[in-house]
Amino acid sequence: MGHTVGDRGESVTGAGPTLVIRGGTVVDQSGERRADVLIAEGRVAAVESRIARPRGAVVLEADGCVVAPGLVDLHTHLREPGREESETIETGTRAASLGGFTAVVAMPNTEPALDSAEAVRNVQELAVGASAHVAVAGAITVGRAGERLAPMSELAALGVRLFTDDGAGVQSAGLMRRALDYATGLGVTLAQHCEDRTLAGDGAMHEGAWSSRLGIPGMPAAAEEVMVARDIALVRALGARMHFLHLSTTGSVDLVRRAKSEGLAVTAEAAPHHFSLTDGRTADYDPVFKVNPPLRPQADVDALKAGLADGTIDAIATDHAPHAPELKDLPFDQAPPGMLGLQTALSLAISELDLPVARILALLSWQPASICGLDPVHGGDQGGAIVPGAAGNICVIDPTATWTVEASMLASRSRNSPYDGRKLTGRVRHTVFRGEPVVIDAEAQR
Amino acid sequence: MSPFPAHLLSMDDLGTEEIVEVLEVADSFVEVGRRANPKVPTLRGRTVATLFFEDSTRTRMSFETAAKRMSADVLSFAPGSSSVKKGESLRDTIETIEAIGIDGVIIRHASSGVPARAAGWLDHCSVINAGDGWHQHPTQALLDLYTVRQAFGGGDSGLARFEGMQVVIVGDIRHSRVARSQITAYTALGAEVTLVAPTTLLPPSLEGWPVTSVTQHLDDVLPKADVVSLLRVQSERGSGEFVPTLREYTADYGLTARRATMLQPGAFILHPGPIVRGVEIASEVAELPAALITDQVSNGVAVRMAVLFLLLGQGTLGGAHRG
Ligand SMILES: [Zn+2]
Repeated sequence: MGHTVGDRGESVTGAGPTLVIRGGTVVDQSGERRADVLIAEGRVAAVESRIARPRGAVVLEADGCVVAPGLVDLHTHLREPGREESETIETGTRAASLGGFTAVVAMPNTEPALDSAEAVRNVQELAVGASAHVAVAGAITVGRAGERLAPMSELAALGVRLFTDDGAGVQSAGLMRRALDYATGLGVTLAQHCEDRTLAGDGAMHEGAWSSRLGIPGMPAAAEEVMVARDIALVRALGARMHFLHLSTTGSVDLVRRAKSEGLAVTAEAAPHHFSLTDGRTADYDPVFKVNPPLRPQADVDALKAGLADGTIDAIATDHAPHAPELKDLPFDQAPPGMLGLQTALSLAISELDLPVARILALLSWQPASICGLDPVHGGDQGGAIVPGAAGNICVIDPTATWTVEASMLASRSRNSPYDGRKLTGRVRHTVFRGEPVVIDAEAQR
Repeated sequence: MSPFPAHLLSMDDLGTEEIVEVLEVADSFVEVGRRANPKVPTLRGRTVATLFFEDSTRTRMSFETAAKRMSADVLSFAPGSSSVKKGESLRDTIETIEAIGIDGVIIRHASSGVPARAAGWLDHCSVINAGDGWHQHPTQALLDLYTVRQAFGGGDSGLARFEGMQVVIVGDIRHSRVARSQITAYTALGAEVTLVAPTTLLPPSLEGWPVTSVTQHLDDVLPKADVVSLLRVQSERGSGEFVPTLREYTADYGLTARRATMLQPGAFILHPGPIVRGVEIASEVAELPAALITDQVSNGVAVRMAVLFLLLGQGTLGGAHRG
């Protein structure tokens, strides 16, 4: 297929097959219209009410379906390098493509951490031929240790647009201030996993009625909120911009809402598990429900839904965090936090959020694409309107189809989906990545 | 009578009827313990394993003595001498237990929830929680009830005394599996429970807990108490993170000789042991006739025999020990 690594790390495809996506409704940021879409040589060639099938073209049936820009996940743990027994770039991006994603932001908490040009280039090279674009996020600090700044300028030159120590927050306010200052002019965004370690301690779930009853060390909502508040104060003081990862509490949503009303350059994401599951799910001590930030009570779930509805939260991001089965068989307090998310995110948004499909797509496609600089405005090929000349990154969604999650059938190398056995509405039917049909009728083609 | 549950993971698994059943069956085993040959054939042919990931010689010996007195075959499984240290997963260990045909496994683990997880992985083997993390220690709470009932005259009249009984639980409730089990146990029999602890040693939330009151003033509640149950305070709690010093803890929450004089006549003092003399209880107070600490230990075997009988013995010699 002639993939090469471009100068920003993206893979560039030459001539691809000719595809006709037939019978669907195109939904993108410019609106909604009934149209067939012709894709040729990796790009959208035509968007018209009726397109005759050119000779040799593959037809992707889209009757009753939504044809949208490919989804973009701001928060994916691909585990490669270092934890290939849990996930690889190949299996993770296959799961992404099945979930409708044509791009994922790969979190830098690999082993080694993505804190050097060498480490970033390695992942970019491993990602050539993957089923979705892998945009590498760089670490803010060396080794994600929170002590010294990582070489952000060198990494930015390789195309890194998002920096985070995700897995942990930058604990030192002083160092975070330096990081925000240093990032000025690099054209990058810093993203924070908000968790004050002194408050979170060895907490393994949300601190509250359930943790008290179950005898599990808890981490209070305030552990997240003090860092959101702190970073908003830094953004205000420095005139910086900042992205908040996986908000999970009412207080965090309120803080971001107020920051936005002040006009501060902040964006935020929420993970599907935080708007679809509560801390009560940990009652059986099954670590598949252990995640960080932890599942919260219903009031926080409701606050996240309100934040997604009113625009406080800009993106739905999966925090896809595979862990090998034996790790999730450990006692609850010892098991690593994290759950699979790529193949269920869109369906959960459709099933759980009372939002029109266009709003859900904004949260899953063009808004996250803009936050991580992958949209056409920033020179990228993700999340843009479906018009002639646009990149061939498209997903076709059947918004009314129902399906039952079977963790063992997911494409991920791991099985830690908290939705095993759950019936969901909305399903990805086809995914086209750079003009290639990587998913046809919910089957991975690579 | 509803069937006894398949596992004893938490005091929540037992209703009032089942708790009373345990106490009544324990009566007959206390009797057995007084015989020259304190052994009955009740569990002959059955195999019980103790699986103590966290060391506790006292509790393990109490369970093993109980099982042996009932003629069960007893396997003692400690992680130090097993493949657990060689990286065998918890699940593999538990499934091995079942594969070798064990009828009941008694689990102690430093992590909350391990007995519950084990029960979910086992099809034919009963699980008894012998203490998991901060979560539950149901047999300790049952033997406390047994000891209090005995101190108040035993039998039905001793049982009737629980109605409206004022129970004061003092100490590190936050980190205590004993307290979590005790609160459910006492209230199931009609007692009212007051918690006394600095807020740092209380659970972050008491939502849904059947406690009557919570206070930081022990002196206010001692004169009305029928039972004072003290919890062990581990020395690291007094290192400044939860409590400034143990000296300060003892001054505010210790059952000192002065405070012991505030108790009404006929009130009793309990402690799950091992006691830290001079911290949560003064040495001379632990020696008072009102202190039931040694009765708790000796009743432990009979109560654990009752639990083993009700979980494993029914259907073989069921009814043999019913009155
Ligand atoms: Zn995170």
